[in-house]
Amino acid sequence: MITLEHAYLVVGLMFAAFAMLALAERGAPGRIRRALFWGLVAASLLFGSHLGGFGNGLLVIALVAIGATGRLGAGAPATTGQAEREAGAARFGNRLFVPALMVPLFAVGGTLLAKNTAAGQWLISPVQTTLIALGIGCLAALATAMLWFRQPVLAPLQEGRRLMDSIGWAALLPQMLASLGAVFLAADVGQVVGDLIAMVIPLTTVALAVFAYCLGMALFTIVMGNAFAAFPVMTAAIGLPFLVGTFGGDPAIVCAIGMLAGFCGTLMTPMAANFNVVPANLLELPDRNAPLNGVIRAQIPTALLMLVANMVLMYGLAFRH
Amino acid sequence: MLVLLGVAVVVAGFVARINPLIVILVAAVTTGVLAAVGPGATPQMLAAAAVDTISRFGTAFNENRYFHITWLVLPVIGLLERAGLQERARILIRQVKAATAGRLLLVYFMVRQATAALGLVSLGGHPQMVRPLVAPMAESAAEAEHGPLPGRARFRIRAMAAATDNIGLFFGEDIFIAIGSIVLIVGFLEQAGIRVEALHVSLWAIPTAIVALLVHGTRLLLFDRRVKRDIAAGGEDDR
Repeated sequence: MITLEHAYLVVGLMFAAFAMLALAERGAPGRIRRALFWGLVAASLLFGSHLGGFGNGLLVIALVAIGATGRLGAGAPATTGQAEREAGAARFGNRLFVPALMVPLFAVGGTLLAKNTAAGQWLISPVQTTLIALGIGCLAALATAMLWFRQPVLAPLQEGRRLMDSIGWAALLPQMLASLGAVFLAADVGQVVGDLIAMVIPLTTVALAVFAYCLGMALFTIVMGNAFAAFPVMTAAIGLPFLVGTFGGDPAIVCAIGMLAGFCGTLMTPMAANFNVVPANLLELPDRNAPLNGVIRAQIPTALLMLVANMVLMYGLAFRH
Repeated sequence: MLVLLGVAVVVAGFVARINPLIVILVAAVTTGVLAAVGPGATPQMLAAAAVDTISRFGTAFNENRYFHITWLVLPVIGLLERAGLQERARILIRQVKAATAGRLLLVYFMVRQATAALGLVSLGGHPQMVRPLVAPMAESAAEAEHGPLPGRARFRIRAMAAATDNIGLFFGEDIFIAIGSIVLIVGFLEQAGIRVEALHVSLWAIPTAIVALLVHGTRLLLFDRRVKRDIAAGGEDDR
């Protein structure tokens, strides 16, 4: 049976290869920092289960020290130029989309097989089935792409490293925030925040609690510029104790729609610079330096309507019994 | 009450644009140590609380490693990009024939939302698609309809092109299971002792995606009237 540990082995080896390729890039600035960073991610994936809690904690501290204190930068692996890519686009045509589409197809198909057929149950572990199926889909897609498009053997790793470098330390963000959530839960932070919110909005009915949770997600996101960061706080404060606990809401629905309520906040804040400020600069808008530039103003009507829509959807969908 | 300082660290750190990884780690240790503060707490007890917090954080970090499985898609996408994926997408977008700026943006919105839902987040984006392709195409559709555009109308179209890219992405990507927000939800719930499957969470992004299509789609269909009003208001081409 294929389990998470097998997946970690494959992904860990991929990160180990990223680290070695980074180190081998002589003369590239920051190559040692990048090699250490991806090397530690590889170590976490390959040996994390044997390090214990405190050992993993030290690993995190080392990752943060390497990844966040200086510029991680990006390597410059050899890749194709504009002309070659245009030639490829003309030669391979729409077949180029097929491997990319295989990934979600395998993820969904694999999950359904594993949940509903004996062979699927024998093949894929019931824990995090979708992600394992997705991993298998990635390998299948990679094999297909290599057969069809005949690229150099090292190209997948070098191209993967190119994209990984462009993501950089942000690759750890969801994992770090989920871990912060664990600390918040243990310290009962949610309780304290929830009590504070309850002083403003009484969380006595489902409707009021849904309103407070979605609005809180959006407002927190507007302040911080990042819905991911708002999520552990608001979910520990209102989502889990009230919506799921007191009122018996479905946790998957509450969280999925709550996150999307946070995205409405992202659309309305200059703090989300990548989405709202960078394009205003790229498009040379005259008001690009204003706090509410043209892009944000174009987004606000949709964002407000979607915030209300998310509240209505959560209210209507998460509490059917 | 003191543990609220942990939340304050998160907010202040993000607002001050300090690297989020540092902010998160400091917030975790602050929260864990302050939770141990109370009458009779000794420095040794606080130090022990710090060690406990680091262990708890490390354990949770280790349990949340499954997020990294999603990076297996990068070699595939990188390889396809190397072979001309984005150029092919541009060729397809260029073939879109739409009579007005609003309708062109509506087509792009639907494509952006659908491809993001299938995990092809990198097909769109401001530097890759909006600036070189979508914004100029929308401007020229309006120009073909109305003649030279005043600056006001031109910048409104550009801003709407960027907004359409963001909205399509935000309300499409969560349908794909291997996206940061979905894995964060799965990981957070697991820390709270609730086990959910990624596919189950991502399914519940679909209703919002449909409403987003209706809401923003309607706005885009009404957008051409807005542009017309800007043109009627006139003004210099103040580029």
